[in-house]
Amino acid sequence: MANKLTLTFKGALDPIKAKLTGKTAPCKKIESEYVLETENLGITFGGLKAVQGVNLKIKKNEIYGLIGPNGAGKTTVFNLLTGVYIPTEGTFYLEGEELKGLAQDKINHKGIARTFQNIRLFNNMTVVRNVMVGLQNQPEYKCTLFESLFRLPRHFKVEKEMRKRAKELLEIFGLLEERNALACNLPYGKQRKLEIARALATNPRLLLLDEPAAGMNPNETADLMDTIRLIRDKFDMTVLLIEHDLKFVSGLCDRITVLNFGTALTEGTAQDALNHPDVIKAYIGN
Amino acid sequence: MNFITNLIGGLSLGGIYAMIALGYTMVYGIAKMLNFAHGDIIMVGGYTILVFTAQSVHPLIAIALAIVFCVGLGVVVERVAYKPLRGASPLAVLITAIGVSYLLQSLAQMFFGSGTKMVTGLDLGSFNIGSLKISVSTIVTLLSCIAVMVALNLFVKYTKTGRAMIAVSEDKGAAQLMGINVNLIIMITFAIGSALAALAGTFYLMRSPSIYSTFGSLPGIKAFSAAVIGGIGSIPGAMLGGILLGVVEVFANSVSAIAPYTDAIEFAILIIILLVKPTGFLGKKRREKV
Repeated sequence: MANKLTLTFKGALDPIKAKLTGKTAPCKKIESEYVLETENLGITFGGLKAVQGVNLKIKKNEIYGLIGPNGAGKTTVFNLLTGVYIPTEGTFYLEGEELKGLAQDKINHKGIARTFQNIRLFNNMTVVRNVMVGLQNQPEYKCTLFESLFRLPRHFKVEKEMRKRAKELLEIFGLLEERNALACNLPYGKQRKLEIARALATNPRLLLLDEPAAGMNPNETADLMDTIRLIRDKFDMTVLLIEHDLKFVSGLCDRITVLNFGTALTEGTAQDALNHPDVIKAYIGN
Repeated sequence: MNFITNLIGGLSLGGIYAMIALGYTMVYGIAKMLNFAHGDIIMVGGYTILVFTAQSVHPLIAIALAIVFCVGLGVVVERVAYKPLRGASPLAVLITAIGVSYLLQSLAQMFFGSGTKMVTGLDLGSFNIGSLKISVSTIVTLLSCIAVMVALNLFVKYTKTGRAMIAVSEDKGAAQLMGINVNLIIMITFAIGSALAALAGTFYLMRSPSIYSTFGSLPGIKAFSAAVIGGIGSIPGAMLGGILLGVVEVFANSVSAIAPYTDAIEFAILIIILLVKPTGFLGKKRREKV
């Protein structure tokens, strides 16, 4: 009898235990050849199915595009993947590890970092400190509060290494000159780049870029395409991006998925997907 | 000569207000809420000292215990009362804070009665410089306040936790997506605020050693005004506002004609400053983006 009870209630207290200890149960793992794999991912707000049945399979070192008309649910997918929303249906795996239900900071630690559609930098911090905020949760830069309160040598060592790493990142993005400027005083294009640098500082395996080219002029856009390719090669990165600029998408992305009304219309190489009759219909009608 | 005594007294009282105001302003800056129970943490600290000094524990140890107890209380209050309301409307959080404030006051009345009790053992005496009589506690208060403020500034500027605090205060969502544990940062903020409140309570008791259940209300509300005057959310602002109010209070008290109106004068200053500069001295201007 007792055995039966324990069987029935096994796991019932896990969420509470996890809350108390701050630890989560080890994540479910599956065999997966993909960096990101989503399985019927979806979320319902009240009665509204905002995103439904999205299956993305993104290979390592791919630059993958997520496109679709306004309100198609692209940013919602990003919010699901970063833990801002918890999926009501389906789940997703990062290199075979299920991350559904983890808090935003935990998902970031697992290796997904993002930028925002409307820039969200720490405006009143200097450029270099913005990047350091991204860096400081990396295990190699760990130092305890005690160590930094009492200014032990490790504190200085870690700070120095972080500053060095931050400068390296800023150099890649051509922001080294402005490292001591306040983030809010940077021109728009550079703010976008700084956001990418800050996201990369958290050492992700998958980088999510939400409309990285929005508001950029053609020169800046071309420059950004090179930068994203550089990130892929230099950081061995996999990139998932949302973009409206179809030239940008077809020039940069290996494969794309087209979303409309929260569901995937089609997926494939940029050329194939953009010429798909359903996609043309979604964008310009019959 | 009187002027110098008043100035020292004012700066030291201002330091106390500044320490309390720091608690208000840091919690506001980071958790975006007004913690109206903050003043009552001072009261709890005071009673803790009373309990331990009555057991003839050394005052310094009693003070340390009071700080530890208040930190624990602050963290528990945050976890139990405020954390479940994260994301709720600011009004719900505000009324909860007021509720916590009354709860703490009522608990204090339950345990210690509603009368005034005297705390002994905190009087450090006084000394004379020429004809100037200065109490040791004033100097101790002043020096401790300066030390605390310098330490806090260094903490926020140069530690990772401090940097994370600024990041959270700027954009909670973005900070969390950059891997910062926002709940932990808010907890640390409450812990620091409560420790400062306990310390401020100690210094307040050194000035006048009587304690009662609403002991923390008036200094709490004055420190809140100080935080608003300085610009709520701004750490240097809280220091500036606190010192301004403290100096004004001591000087107003020393002139017998206006002494009865001291509190009124202080709050009038708050109103005037808000009329001229609605964000306070160092408050951030909120720009509307179009």
